[in-house]
Amino acid sequence: MKQFLSFVRKEFKHIFRDKRTMLILLGMPIVQIILFGFAITTEVQNVRVAIVDPSKDISTQHIIDKINASKYFEVKRVINATNQIEKVFRHGEVDLAIVFEERFNENLNHTGKARIRLIADATDPNTAITEVNYATSIVAAVQQEMIGTNAVPIQIIPEVKMLYNPQMESAYSFVPGVMGLILMLICAMMTSISIVREKETGTMEVLLVSPMKPIYIILSKAMPYFVLSCVNLINILLLSVFVLGVPIAGSLVWLVVVSFMFIMVCLSLGLLISTIAKTQVAAMLMSGMVLMMPALLLSGMIYPVENMPAILEWISNIVPARWFISSVRKLMIQGLDVSYVLKEIAILTGMAIFLIVVSLKKFKVRLQ
Amino acid sequence: MLKYLLEKEFKQIRRNSFLPRLIIVFPIVIMMVFPWVANLDVKDIKLSIVDNDHSTYSERLVNKIASSEYFYLTNASNTYSEAIESIELSESDIILEIAHSFENSLIKEGYARVMISANSVNGTKGGLGSSYLARIVNDFADEIRSELIPPNNTFPVIDINSQYRYNAYLDYKTFMIPALMTVLLAIISGFLPALNIVGEKEKGTIEQINVTPISKFTFILAKLIPYWTIGFVVLTICFGLATLIYGLSPVGNLGIIYLFAMLFVLTFSGFGLVISNHSSTMRQAMFVMFFFTIIIILMSGIFTPVNSMPQWAQAITIFNPLKYFIQVMRAVYLKGSNIWALSTQLMALLSFAVFFILWAMLSYRKKA
Amino acid sequence: MEVGKAIITDRLTKTFGGFTAVDSISFSVDKGEIFGFLGANGAGKTTAMRMLCGLSKPTSGKGVVAGFDISRQSEKVKRNIGYMSQKFSLYEDLEVWENMRLFAGIYGMGDKEIIEKTDEVLNRLGFYEEKNTLVKDLPLGWKQKLAFSTAIFHEPKIVFLDEPTGGVDPVTRRQFWELIYQAADGGITVFVTTHYMDEAEYCNKVSIMVDGRIEALDTPLRLKQQFNTSTMNGVFQQLAQTASRNE
Repeated sequence: MKQFLSFVRKEFKHIFRDKRTMLILLGMPIVQIILFGFAITTEVQNVRVAIVDPSKDISTQHIIDKINASKYFEVKRVINATNQIEKVFRHGEVDLAIVFEERFNENLNHTGKARIRLIADATDPNTAITEVNYATSIVAAVQQEMIGTNAVPIQIIPEVKMLYNPQMESAYSFVPGVMGLILMLICAMMTSISIVREKETGTMEVLLVSPMKPIYIILSKAMPYFVLSCVNLINILLLSVFVLGVPIAGSLVWLVVVSFMFIMVCLSLGLLISTIAKTQVAAMLMSGMVLMMPALLLSGMIYPVENMPAILEWISNIVPARWFISSVRKLMIQGLDVSYVLKEIAILTGMAIFLIVVSLKKFKVRLQ
Repeated sequence: MLKYLLEKEFKQIRRNSFLPRLIIVFPIVIMMVFPWVANLDVKDIKLSIVDNDHSTYSERLVNKIASSEYFYLTNASNTYSEAIESIELSESDIILEIAHSFENSLIKEGYARVMISANSVNGTKGGLGSSYLARIVNDFADEIRSELIPPNNTFPVIDINSQYRYNAYLDYKTFMIPALMTVLLAIISGFLPALNIVGEKEKGTIEQINVTPISKFTFILAKLIPYWTIGFVVLTICFGLATLIYGLSPVGNLGIIYLFAMLFVLTFSGFGLVISNHSSTMRQAMFVMFFFTIIIILMSGIFTPVNSMPQWAQAITIFNPLKYFIQVMRAVYLKGSNIWALSTQLMALLSFAVFFILWAMLSYRKKA
Repeated sequence: MEVGKAIITDRLTKTFGGFTAVDSISFSVDKGEIFGFLGANGAGKTTAMRMLCGLSKPTSGKGVVAGFDISRQSEKVKRNIGYMSQKFSLYEDLEVWENMRLFAGIYGMGDKEIIEKTDEVLNRLGFYEEKNTLVKDLPLGWKQKLAFSTAIFHEPKIVFLDEPTGGVDPVTRRQFWELIYQAADGGITVFVTTHYMDEAEYCNKVSIMVDGRIEALDTPLRLKQQFNTSTMNGVFQQLAQTASRNE
């Protein structure tokens, strides 16, 4: 035991000596949380608008004022002819062009019908749809106002309620993802690279001929990353609660249990990679390609799994991060009871046991 | 002198066990898988309907929604709480609740309410989904109105016609593919150089180079040119795949893309070399690069519009080379922008390239 | 500078933080000489040598190598020297001839000259069959001979060898020293560090470093007389006892 502790101490020293890497490992979750929480937003704002208004009458002016007053739009250009729209789009100066027809007000009052064309730069389709929706509802409100509220017969008013995330904060969907990514990075990537590094420099041999059992060597290697992961986990939770204001709606205990499960999976994945990879670069690429990429893309962190073609959706089943993120979402954001995440917990536990057994076996085989 | 160094770099790349494979396989995998994964298309939204009215009108509304391309009905729940349950089990994304008195109040009072509750943990899906649904409900109201009210009883209507340019089918893949190419280039031309010089440091071969009279300029140039070549190969593979698999070829001039790609690869390789020069181990270089790459990708506007970010975040993106390159790729690929339309991006990337190459040269120390 | 001197140092010093690795050393090496630079591990040999090669900046003092100041003209120094580091540092993933070609090219030799000389050197070493072998597949002794041949391929005025024979068997060491003699006969000044005391006997002149300072400097014969012992090992033992630094 004493021997084991001194090994653990040695590992800690090793890691703390590399200040830059430490700084990055501890700083990365903080920076990501801040970026996701405050900078990256899926909400569409500050849409740059170009106006083509050949009528220049009170009605068009009124609509333009309403558009400009909304927090979503900002009138950037007023252009004279529709043939210039192409140019401003190509220069990337505006996102949406609002084109009024000639004699807008006159048509509205005499024929009862006036036309507006909304031309969106649909390079980004979702943003374009949202822009058009916003603009449409502003125009509809103006129309409503012109007629007087109760004058329109037959209306169906949809009342929209956003469940779990009423302010539509992007952070809500990203926090679980950041947790998954960071834990994966520290546990799997760091562990595998560190063990392979010892293999490369030959110090692993020295450790293996020592009287310590291999299992303790592995434990002593994994211990610092386990501790680091816990520190980061606490940091992320504190930041999301106190800085982002994302509450922990469900059971904290179960959240911690699920996280531990996931940490175990990641640590054993790291160990497994270290038994396969011969060089540090190989270990980095393997953990990058086999672990990080799928964790980023197939886990539902950013991109919903159900949007993917069946084969990718199927593959995503073997990505541990998918189950972790899903359970964190349910426990932390939706505040569901643990009975809703039994499936996730079972899968993660299964994966952890399987991976630990396989990687220990492989590690032993390598010794002989 | 440069000739001999280049020979060496290329031979080393060729002999490396996985680099040549990486250069070919990585783009293929990314181009084949990512467009399907990185998909924020909001289609196939799972809708649960609670129809408390069961009237002719309410059933017509349900049929109208079910026939739209965006929604499919997962279940018709009897009560709202049952529907909520189905959201909690991830069986549905949105609930539409039709009140008991729907038809009655529509006919008698001229208006009725419906309630839309969306799971907004995923903000994009919740937001877009509920606005699609609201639009369908409004269309339905228009339909009913034209049936119930004789056409001569007119009131002013503003007719909105919306047009989506450059991506008429609103295909998310079309939006992502050009941007994915940039990320691929960033990863390959950033990580490989970042691991290169520090790798020579770890092996000790750098000593043998440092003791020769080689100039910093030649040395850095010999490191940059191979990655530059690799960048071109990778980009060309991407172009081919985009055309072959997705039928997507640039509207604008391919030469413009190559010109910008040249500057971008120089920028990123320069950046990688700077990190390599400042690092003492490969692990450190890897994590520092990882840290910056994540921030650069998140802040590039690849999946969230830069314009929607808060002012301080937008200010940071001024220094993000990837942002400019993504703008160029999307503009040339989808809008057919010419070089004059992209002068800002040209100046920005040119300055970045010069800046990072100079920095890489200055930070390469032949002497301790 | 004095005619006939390849290396001159004057109170050359290097400190790292509070630690003085090389403490004001002054010595000179004649042209064409084989100069043995001896000392225990951690005595400061490698640091001193790295300063002379222009790999490390002196904290104070002066050094002139091949007629150029090591602080201000280090790139000119590099043009005139060859170097073989303690840690084997040719490219393992390049073939034998490719390593030679690379370094010869860096020193500005022309293509034709390189091709001719590569064959000549490999033939002389009896190494021609291994021309196309990857360096990583060679045994250590051969690697070291190859590293030496590469270091003097461009015919430098001075070659610096840092523990060139570490870890190889006595027979190979013997062969290696023959290469050194050949180089010296060809007019190259050889500056070599070693901790094998029998090798010290092969040198024209040796210096012994203890704790960053040069404690003895003379021909092996005169040193043995001075310390009244029959081997260089005896000389070394007596000096090493005074050392306070341990590894």
